This record gives sequence, structure tokens and C-alpha cells, in this order.
Amino acid sequence: MLVNADQKVTHVLDRLSFGARPGDRTALSKIGIDSYIQSQVKPKSETEPNALAERLSELSTLSMSPLALFNQAAFPRNPSEEKKKQISKWRQKIIKEAEQSKLMWALESPYQLREMMVDFWFNHFNVFAQKDLTLMWVGNYEQSAIRQHALGKFRDLLGATAKHPAMLFYLDNWRNTDPNSAGAKGPFKGLNENYARELMELHTLGVEGGYSQTDVEILAKTLTGWSVVHNVQPSTDESGFVFAADRHDSSAKTFLDQPLIGQGVEEGDRALDLLAAHPATAQHISYKLAQFFVADEPPVALVSQLAKRFLVTKGDIAQTLLALFESDEFWNLSHYQRKFRTPYQYMLSMVRAMGVSAPSQEVLTRIGSALNQLGMPLYRCQAPNGYAQTEAAWLSPDVMMRRVSIAIATANIVRGSKPDPTALLVTLGNQVTAEARELINRAPEPLQASLMLGSPSMMYR
Amino acid sequence: METVLKRRDFLRRTAFAGAAGLTAVGAQGWAWRSPAQAAARSPRLIVILLRGAADGLDIVVPYRESNYYAARPTIAIAKPGEKDGAIDLDGQFGLHPSLAPLMAQWTAGNLAFVQATGLKDATRSHFQAQDYLESGTARLTGSGWMNRLIGVLPANSATQAMSVGNSMPLIFTGPQIVASMAFGKAGNHQIQIDRPQIQTVFDQLYAQDQRLSQIYKEGREARDILLKSLNDERIAASKDAPAPDQFETSARYLAQLMSGDAATQVAFMEIGGWDSHVNQRGILSRQLKPLGTGLAALAEELGSVYEDTAIVVMSEFGRTVAENGNGGSDHGYGNAIWLLGGAIKGKQLYGEWPSLEDTALHESRDLAITTDFRDVLMSLLGEHFSLNAEALSQVFPGYQQSKTLRLV
Repeated sequence: MLVNADQKVTHVLDRLSFGARPGDRTALSKIGIDSYIQSQVKPKSETEPNALAERLSELSTLSMSPLALFNQAAFPRNPSEEKKKQISKWRQKIIKEAEQSKLMWALESPYQLREMMVDFWFNHFNVFAQKDLTLMWVGNYEQSAIRQHALGKFRDLLGATAKHPAMLFYLDNWRNTDPNSAGAKGPFKGLNENYARELMELHTLGVEGGYSQTDVEILAKTLTGWSVVHNVQPSTDESGFVFAADRHDSSAKTFLDQPLIGQGVEEGDRALDLLAAHPATAQHISYKLAQFFVADEPPVALVSQLAKRFLVTKGDIAQTLLALFESDEFWNLSHYQRKFRTPYQYMLSMVRAMGVSAPSQEVLTRIGSALNQLGMPLYRCQAPNGYAQTEAAWLSPDVMMRRVSIAIATANIVRGSKPDPTALLVTLGNQVTAEARELINRAPEPLQASLMLGSPSMMYR
Repeated sequence: METVLKRRDFLRRTAFAGAAGLTAVGAQGWAWRSPAQAAARSPRLIVILLRGAADGLDIVVPYRESNYYAARPTIAIAKPGEKDGAIDLDGQFGLHPSLAPLMAQWTAGNLAFVQATGLKDATRSHFQAQDYLESGTARLTGSGWMNRLIGVLPANSATQAMSVGNSMPLIFTGPQIVASMAFGKAGNHQIQIDRPQIQTVFDQLYAQDQRLSQIYKEGREARDILLKSLNDERIAASKDAPAPDQFETSARYLAQLMSGDAATQVAFMEIGGWDSHVNQRGILSRQLKPLGTGLAALAEELGSVYEDTAIVVMSEFGRTVAENGNGGSDHGYGNAIWLLGGAIKGKQLYGEWPSLEDTALHESRDLAITTDFRDVLMSLLGEHFSLNAEALSQVFPGYQQSKTLRLV
């Protein structure tokens, strides 16, 4: 059985956006479900509304290149105490601006599906801000590698992450060196297979993708010399990416049964081509998309259907998503309101439902600390597989205690301005059950908004 | 899920009514465990997972092996007696110097290691290997072995099983309810739901919901017990001492829950950050120090309960015998499991040491595996919780135990 017309509206707002804001329901009904989905999957332009664009432009470190960020915030050798202080200040500013921009985009951009995909892809290509230099590059990484390609071609997205200093630093590839090369000295002594392995296991083929330890080693050799600007390796390239030819293994290689043509950096590019076009990659990405948008245990038929579309369109993300939103599985009633929101999705859905616009720095900081309490701090998933997207990973008795507690705090997140319970009910529509409505109406007025935000159905999308 | 919860409610009621407890016999049958058996002991288990593959070779150092030093020119731990050297355990192996706080436990016979363990049909993927370790099988079952363990233990309070951290790890995933506590100091912070007037309305709201009412109720129950049981006085750092590490704080809270009315019997904690592809020397000393101090604090805080406690520290796989080009090591195979607690027959190294000779290495690069990790866990759980073979086969379905170690 498929969802009915009213449920359809809720379903679209829940799955293609971070949750309904005041007026979203009416607007969506007016535009029509199909044209809304089209406009989200393939936006005609991606110009942000003036107010958001203006606020983003105030975050000055956001537009700095990776090289400029490095020059500003990396510790030189033997820094003075004063220099150390200055650099720590810069680092705090950079990471704070990255966090704030992430929340502003997610809360306020009309390109909500793109922002959902930023959440999806960031976790897919996760980096951990607390690993030294990654901290200063993580915001640029999200903006220039992830958001830029979130609805584009998978190969472009893969390439952008593979050459971004945040990824190369986080997964240690910046030191990956042919031990017999001229440049093998100092910190660059030998092979490091960390990135090569995760590139196949997590980013492309998937763990069941049929590669061997030999493939890992060949890919690691292929990526020798893919590095970043560093004190021991100065560069003037704004991207922060450095190809150290003197550390690259240029021996002839066969990877995934294909000869790798080329000598230098093109060899790695060719390996990425092979990985992006591999059927195992199509399967892996499709499974994860279906899990993110449909169900924790996604229907097998849907996954193969998406994989087919992914392959036929040469990894076109928007086309693959269209196939997903056109499928019966997506609209099946058995999946409706069944995805347990991650802490990030839960926080955003509450703040959006309250209709908070142009959230102040203070409000954004409060959202950030709520996420710390819920175990999902921004940019701080240490392991490369990113935060889980399933109910099994997030639902526990204690989580429910923390969520309802945070719902109460969130109702007061804008000091002196409590959400109007009646307006909130309109925004959430059929998400609040009739039974819950009745109970909430009888509750003390100051608690009504909190009860809605902390209600069982708000936990699901 | 519903039927299991009902069964558990029944178990809880009977346990509260003063029954000695139930023990599983086969998939459906439940039988009374003899009162004497249950009353005499109240075994406790804590599992600590070191995520990211902690390098066993630098933790239980094979300092008599020349290949160890040949393969690791910069990251090997020096011999006992040398600068920053290992602490001798048995004349063959030594402990990483950052784990000095645990030596008192070794001497007292409460600390042991099982050498060269792991999952033979495993993988060098962190996540797959962790999944195996947590589900207890290479064919993923969607539930964790610690959850299945609770299923075969007599049920008692809502805090019988406790997970430290904010997300539910696979090891505890499954039909049995598991309480959790935030990591570090946050574990004992008051939150809004602790206020009575808030509780009243939310209790009503959640009572209506089919999916979440039970888990919400368990949460409320656990929270009540938690707040009554935790005592911060012993945790605050004394005047000149540095503030205790978050891990130590959590370890002490856990000990309070285990030794007090919370009656926590089975618990899980995790520590990430062991994936030392670069600068392993620095990473290990930074990571092991708070772990050693925290484990020593856990032993101390458990008090008399420590006598009947087993603590298992494990990691998904070992690391390459040879160091890589960056003063680190890559993903390997066999690894050591640590066993700590009054229940453990300690001051011993269990398991067969395969040696680091070139011909003995797995795929010419890694420490071999001589003991499947499930043999270690089944040996331990069987004796520690007095579980029969049928109960054990519910915890590790599909695995035929191939050897028994006398660990308890």
C-alpha cells in the first residue's frame, strides 16, 4: 500500500528536507509533489536567498583557499608563544565558522535535498576535525568537495575528496611514499595503505566488493606522492594538493585487471575512474542511498534498480535519486515515518519546525552543544566510516531521556521567544497524532511546545 | 521484539520476587538455576573494545624475539631494564611501560593475556572486523553477543546491562534492553527529564506510543537508579592531582553501578583512536596511559565486587609485524586479548605463541592466530556465569568451541 495524499506531503518534507518549516506544507501542496521533487533534484540555480548569502559571506574564513588556511593556521617550526596563541585563535575561528556555516545551510537553504546529500556524503567521505591539520581544512572540504558535487557526478565527487588536503591528511596518504624513490626520506619513508584501503572499502567498492590485499597494496603504490602542503613540503598551489613526483612509484601496474596507463598523478586518476565505474561501487552507493532515504534494511529490488541507473548514467547522482523517488518502494506505507532520525536530523527538524530564521551565533552554538550531548558532534566522528544512519545505532533507553530533555531546552533556544504551540501544530500537521494532540492540549501551556518537539513521532522521519 | 520484552518482564518480576534465577536450556526452555549456585556468586563482566586495532605487539612485547626488533627499528618497545623499556612479565614478554599502573594487578594474579587471538576468517577492514567481534560471528546476525548473553542470564534490574557512550554499539544490539550512560562526567549530569513535573507529562505522552513506550519506560527506570547510585565525591580530583581522564571517570561510575543497588552485571565501554598508521610510539603512549590508570581505578572502585569481576579488553585485529614508512604499522591479523579482575586466574599468558619467525607469519606479514577469540570468550563466560553448552551456543550460535582455556 502506498501513502495517501496527506502523508505524501509529510513524507516529502521528512525525506527530502530536514523537516517542515512554517508554511512548507501549503507551499508544497501548491507547487505539487512532482515538480517539487524535480526542483530539488535538479535545481535551476543554486543561488541562496539574500539573507543567507549575506550571513554566509560574513564568515570570512569560509572563502579562504586550503593554502591560505594553511598559511594562517599551521604551526611553523619552533613557533614563539605569541605565534602559538595567534594560531590557536585562528584555528578556533576557522572551525567555529565551519560549524556555523554547516548549520546555516542545513537550516535555511531552500536546496534542502542538496543539504541532505551533504549530510549523506560527508559521512560517506568522513574526515575527523580533531586530527591536527584536518581541523582547518574541514570547512573548505565540505564546501568545495562535498556540497559542490552533492547532486553531480560521483566521479567528480570522488576526485574532489581524493585530492582534498583534508582527506589526504586525515587518512595519512600525504606521507604515502615509494620506499625506493628519491624522495623517500624524513617523514616520507614508505608505503601507507590507510587511504587506499578505505577508498575501496568505504568510498567505492564496499567491503564485499571483491578486492584483495594485493589490490590494496597496488592502489597504495598508485597513490604514492598524493600529498598536501606542509612545512616539510611547501607549495604555492591554492588547492593545498601536492603531487610529489619524487616520491611516486612509477612502475607499471595492473589494477582491477586493467593496466594503469600513465606515469604520475594520472595513474591515480585512472584508478579513480576504474573504481567509480565499477559495478560494485554502483551497488554499494545504491545500498547506502536506499538505506538513507527508504529503510534501514533497504529492499533488494530497489537497490539493484538504483545500481542499474547509477551505472547507465555513469554515476549521475541526481538521476539515481530520481529513480529512487520514482520507485514504489519509496512511497510504500510500510516505510512511512519509519526512519529514526539521527541526532543531527532531530535537532535540525526541531529548529526548523519552530521557524527560527536567521539564527544568531548563540543559537547555533546551542545547537552544536546539544549535538555533543546527543553523541553526534559536528565534524567529530573519529572513524572514517562516518556516523551511522540506522535506528539500531541510535535508539536506546538513555537516548530517549536525552532527546526529551533536549526538546525542552530547544523550545527555549531563542531566548525570550517561545514558539506558539498552535503554529507549531499547523507546521507539523499530521505528524502529531490526534491522541497526542489531545494530551498536549491538556498539558500546562509552557510545556506544550516542548511536548510537541519531544513527541514520539518527531523521532522519526 | 514484543514477545521478548514480555518474557523479560516476567523474568524481572520473578527475579525481584526473590527467585534464584533462570538459566536457559535450549532455545525455548528455561529452567531454574539452583539457588545455592546463584546465591553464592554474582559474577560481573565488563568488555572494553579498543576500536581501530590496538597494536598487541607493542602492548605485550615479545622482547626475546630478534625479529621483533629487526622488523620495527623505530617503534619496538625496548627490552626490560633499558630506557623506556617494557616491564617484564614472565621472562619472555613484557608490558608496555605506559601500562605500569596495571603491574600491581599482574603481581596479585588478577591480570592475564591470551596471545595470538582473533577471527580466522576475518578481514583487514576495521569495520567488518569490529562487526565480527561484536556479533560474534562472521555471518552477521544483526545482534551482538553481549545482548544474547543477557538473554541467557537471570534478569534483574533495568540497569543490569550498561553501555557507556551515546550510540548503541552492535555488541549490545538485539532484543534485550540495555541501559546506557553518557561518556565521562556527563554520565552524572542532571537533565530536564529528571524533574518530576516534566516526567509526568512525558510519561503520559510516551505511554501512547507503540514503538517507543517500552524503551522510554526502561530509560526512566534506568535513570532513576543511575542518579541514586552515582557518587561524585570519590571522582573529583584531589587538590593537586590532575583531573581524571574521561575514561577513568566513566570507569568509576561503572564500578559504582556494579557494586551498588543498580546491580549492573554486564557492561561495555569503548575507546577509539588506536589506528596508528603514523607515529605509533606517540599514539600508544598517549592512549595506553589513561587506559591503564582507568582500569586500575575501576579495580579499586569495584571494592569487594572486584573479586567476582572479569574485564575483557580486546581490539578488532593486530597490526603488521613490520613497521611502515611513517613510524606506524598497518592492518594485521593476530592480537592479544587482555583479561583483568579478581575472577581471572591471572599472572599468566594463555594461548600458543606462534613466534615472529618469517615462516610463522600469516601471509608473510602478520602475527598468526592460534586461538579463535570465541574460544576465549566461551571459556570465560561458561565458567564465570556457569553457562552450560546450550546457553553458550545461544550466545555464539553456529560456532563449535574448539578448545577450553581455564581462565577463571
